[in-house]
Amino acid sequence: MTTTHTIHLDGAAFPCRDSETVIAALERAAGFGAAAVGGRRVPVGCRQGGCGVCRVHVLDGRYRVGAQSRAHVSAEESDQGIALACRLIPETDLSLSPAPRARGKKTNDINNI
Amino acid sequence: MAVNGVLRPGFIQLRVLDMAAALTHYVDRMGLNLVSTGDDGRVYLKGWDEFDRHSVILRQTDEAGMDVMGFKVAAEADLERFEERIRAWGLAVDHVAAGEQPGVGRRIGFTLPSGHRIELYATIELSSNHPPILNPDVWPEEPRGMKATRFDHALLYGPNIDENLRFFTEVLDFSLAEKVELPDGLLAIWLTCSNKAHDIAFVKHADPGKFHHAAFFLESWFDIGHAADIMSRYNISIDIGPTRHGITRGQTIYFFDPSGNRNEVFAGGYTYYPDNPTRMWDHNELGKGIFYYERVLNERFLTVVT
Ligand code: FES
Ligand SMILES: [Fe+2]
Repeated sequence: MTTTHTIHLDGAAFPCRDSETVIAALERAAGFGAAAVGGRRVPVGCRQGGCGVCRVHVLDGRYRVGAQSRAHVSAEESDQGIALACRLIPETDLSLSPAPRARGKKTNDINNI
Repeated sequence: MAVNGVLRPGFIQLRVLDMAAALTHYVDRMGLNLVSTGDDGRVYLKGWDEFDRHSVILRQTDEAGMDVMGFKVAAEADLERFEERIRAWGLAVDHVAAGEQPGVGRRIGFTLPSGHRIELYATIELSSNHPPILNPDVWPEEPRGMKATRFDHALLYGPNIDENLRFFTEVLDFSLAEKVELPDGLLAIWLTCSNKAHDIAFVKHADPGKFHHAAFFLESWFDIGHAADIMSRYNISIDIGPTRHGITRGQTIYFFDPSGNRNEVFAGGYTYYPDNPTRMWDHNELGKGIFYYERVLNERFLTVVT
């Protein structure tokens, strides 16, 4: 029997299988290519730790992370519980909040096209 | 006009987080051939249908993205000619010594207004495993995986693409095959130095030097379907597709390598001649331009880059 952990995100709760990434669990819960959870969303990008759009803050719980681009999570931020959801593998139940990186001027806001 | 001056995209150097995972992806799944590993750990790859020694270079580090894209020019004398024109246009030019990449002659390099490093070179060794020349069979050995024939083009994201457009057309003699023009200005450009619908493309973006995708050419729509089967079989992260681009008319899948760098497999696309008018898309039909069957952009197209 596989262990599952519960991911809490803004009042919503989703199961995450052992050794599954949080993004995979969220996509499974919300439909492939989408991860709208509670009132806020964790965007799904590359699913491979490179693009940084899925950045989250782990408020509570134990976890490990796979290789992720330092451009999006510094060593210091990593110590503070920032991680990329697509590289984040829970070892206990986790409580998360989205932590998008503050960007420069957003010229490519899809809603403005 | 015969193709001269800048001939084609020659190589792309990508940063990967885990070399072993990258090689499984690029060699076993996409079907590129492993050429060599350098003393500094960079790994050199090529498509089965390429004559040149290598076309993809992987460098392991802790950030994903693109280091440099190289274009091959017809002759050594072109390097001097282009160096003068690039300086006259206002960009600084530096030199990379022959042998910095194995089998490659001297290169000149510069940084575009969009923040991307581009290099030009004239000389690269003939591959020891090149396509047959005398009474040529269709391939030297049967292609593997997705059967990527060659590195075809790249799409890059950054600011100042109006200036990039001037640079590529005024200095490197590229043509603008296709563009997206929005009410508030130019959003994207598809540039060619050949008969292909594009050799390099740019989309306007706030952050400089960003990488959207490197595309690899497949022979047919059927091969795109086969590539999709491989992606699902091996749980490769797919962005979108199989579908078609209205722009270039290419048949496509966007997907991600194990470091989050986007790849594309691409087939078809129209034949371009330098006297063709520039095709244009506006805000009314942009969805169709990017993804012809879905007719709508996915959010990832404009926001997910490395
Ligand atoms: S989705 Fe790209 S880093 Fe997580
Ligand atoms: Fe492309």
